[in-house]
Amino acid sequence: MGTVFSFDVRHGEQAWPAVKAAVALLHRVDEVFSPYRPDSAISRLGRGETTPARCPAEVMDVLALCARAEQATGGYFSVVPDRRLDPSGLVKGWAIERASMLLRERGAPRHCVNGGGDVRLGSAPEPGRPWRVGIAHPLRPGDLLTVVEGCDLAVATSGVAERGPHIIDPHTGRPALELASLTLVGEDLTMVDAYATAAFAMGDNARDWVRATPGVEALAVTASGRTWRTSGFPATTDRPARGLGSGCVARRPPAASRHGQPG
Amino acid sequence: MRATLLAIVATVFGLVLLLSFKPHELTAAQPPPAALSQDGPAPAGQVEGDSVDTRWGPVQVAISVAGGKITAIDVLRAPDGNRRDIEINDRALPILTQEALAAQSASIDTVSGATYTSEGYIGSLQSAIDRAGL
Repeated sequence: MGTVFSFDVRHGEQAWPAVKAAVALLHRVDEVFSPYRPDSAISRLGRGETTPARCPAEVMDVLALCARAEQATGGYFSVVPDRRLDPSGLVKGWAIERASMLLRERGAPRHCVNGGGDVRLGSAPEPGRPWRVGIAHPLRPGDLLTVVEGCDLAVATSGVAERGPHIIDPHTGRPALELASLTLVGEDLTMVDAYATAAFAMGDNARDWVRATPGVEALAVTASGRTWRTSGFPATTDRPARGLGSGCVARRPPAASRHGQPG
Repeated sequence: MRATLLAIVATVFGLVLLLSFKPHELTAAQPPPAALSQDGPAPAGQVEGDSVDTRWGPVQVAISVAGGKITAIDVLRAPDGNRRDIEINDRALPILTQEALAAQSASIDTVSGATYTSEGYIGSLQSAIDRAGL
């Protein structure tokens, strides 16, 4: 997928084996799902050289999740964004979610996994304070739009890259231009990441769609520089948010398994 | 508080590891490497980061360290395959450098919304920070 992943794990050196296992998991996901590797299962599947049934089991899981995302977003999420099989828009979030789950299972719940700007926060960095995630300003490079505070939270941002538009509206085949960036928060990065890409492609219709979709909240910057957010978006600029800012002790623990991911 | 694009330095008191999605050695436990710069040995106190491959080409930085703090960041390699690459880097790299230096005092843990070149920059910077033992 050609991106960088960082792990911030607040358990000292004893967490090293768990981090190594999470890194191995990401390499394995890349081998199976990278559209840039001609020999990956996804590349071979896209060329019609194999069938889903012959691929590693997680390929079927991911394709089923993609189908769910396509349905939930009215087709704004697409598994063939460039007329070619490429589930990357969901796989990155799914892989980070699995890495986070693995860290939790191996006794390292206090972690932040960031894959190319998509973030999964596990528990809290330390007792009494939440994680703080800066949201990059899409129109003022180097500045932050706001800071999101939370625990056990997924944060994904879609936007025009420094290289210009790169998200295609699958309904028109043209770049989505109405928004400069859209940040989505929720509990599960698999869907938060896929939905962020889809909602960005929706442009001005994203706000109503996010409002009608349970479990996610959005903050967006339009191409003209206006911002809007949905009512539950947990952002703060300089002071701890009420509730979430209390170290997140009141948050319920996340579900042990979501979307039938293989354990 | 000056807003920053890079949260790298704010996250180092955890156990931090970066990798690119190409096969890549874990860097955190490695000793400082011998200087590998194409322009000759790096000056004393300067630590090179890994060269990180991005979709647009490799990015590599080196950091200068004094008193346990980063004092300067030099960009050793950045995509320069065409005029657009050069335009982008001329604008983006000084900002990334300035923000990384400012991030040492920022109270954020990470950043959502990074993009390709900055990912390479962050990856290379993190590996240099790891090597310097900061």
